[in-house]
Amino acid sequence: MTRQAIAGRDALTLAAYALAVGIVLLVIQQCTAERIRTNQLRVLTSTLNQVIPASGYDNNPLTDKIDIADNNYTRTVYRALLGNQPAAAAVTAVAPDGYSGNIDLLIGISFNGDIIGVRVLSHRETPGLGDEIEHSKSDWIMTFDGKSKKDELTWTVRKDGGDFDQFTGATITPRAVIRAVEQTLEWYAQHRQTIFESL
Amino acid sequence: MNHFSLTKHLSGLWQNNPALVQLLGLCPLLAVSNSAINALALGMATILTLLLTNMLVSATRQWLINEIRIPVYVLLIAGVVTCVGMLINAYAHSIYLRLGIFIPLIITNCMILARAEAWASRRPVAHAALDALTHGIGFAVVLIVMGSVRELVGSGTLFADSHLLFGELAGPEPLIDLSIDRGLLIAILPPGAFFLLGMLIAAKNALAQYKPLSSASPVENT
Repeated sequence: MTRQAIAGRDALTLAAYALAVGIVLLVIQQCTAERIRTNQLRVLTSTLNQVIPASGYDNNPLTDKIDIADNNYTRTVYRALLGNQPAAAAVTAVAPDGYSGNIDLLIGISFNGDIIGVRVLSHRETPGLGDEIEHSKSDWIMTFDGKSKKDELTWTVRKDGGDFDQFTGATITPRAVIRAVEQTLEWYAQHRQTIFESL
Repeated sequence: MNHFSLTKHLSGLWQNNPALVQLLGLCPLLAVSNSAINALALGMATILTLLLTNMLVSATRQWLINEIRIPVYVLLIAGVVTCVGMLINAYAHSIYLRLGIFIPLIITNCMILARAEAWASRRPVAHAALDALTHGIGFAVVLIVMGSVRELVGSGTLFADSHLLFGELAGPEPLIDLSIDRGLLIAILPPGAFFLLGMLIAAKNALAQYKPLSSASPVENT
């Protein structure tokens, strides 16, 4: 065989392998796509219901959502309506100043600005120390429930003279979360009209 | 050269263990062994991937061209891992969320490429499958031992959150719960993984050196 023929044979063989693998991938992707979508939706719904109880709305907040830019971050707002009246909103937030990268949060806020619940969506804080912000690890994240900007609170950890507990061995993580929650409440107060104006 | 040698086939379990002797696949071994259930899940995914790729490479070895064999292996491995990842995402979604990036990273586990190149490309499918099982199990067992020790020392539990993998078959209660508030934190942090792997390798070497003394047979090193 000439060199060109060898190169041609190699290229064709490789292409045949790639085609075969591609077809198998396509088939598996088609078979699993529906289930994967359902799974993702279920996870999102269960997180959403932890920050806004399912009894508090009668629409589908997962489809009734809007994205609003906030500096260089885009917040997603899930609107919860009851009898076509605004009831609450679940707002995504990011705490950029954690101990290790961004902490992504979902914050449920009632129409008049009280926190219903806060949950951590993802984080890379130290296991055993900073991960106590997770609801499955400790109840700390529940301390936000029912708080609002109307309360006379200092929004930081006790170590800095604030009204929120830190955890043993970790101050940076709770400080970052508290700041992000406070900023989200302020942001919500400024944008509440925009969020619900189409009603 | 294709005669069947059981010792050679089973070497992946202990004598030639990919994790303790060949030191392959250290990235998942160190990163995912922070809890027993994570380790078990990644171990199973790795065994499945190794089995499928070894069998695929072996089954198509007659069409394999020497010059392009490495790209073909990589293509097959990447395809299999992506399929396995989609299946885990569809049928064990919570485990998929826990393992995250480490499922696609199975592609970079050199153990899989090494078995394809060194073994599966020259053996019949059945031999390749057996080799995949022994090496896969050898790797998974080390992963699970590390996950169990680290979880027990670091969090005081064993097989916590097993419902993520087994659904209703297992409750959320761990197999063992020492009910300690906070374990020895270093065990679940990355340095703990290095210390433990070092100790396991040392123990394996010590055992290997101890053997010839007790038996009269001469040292057989491979």
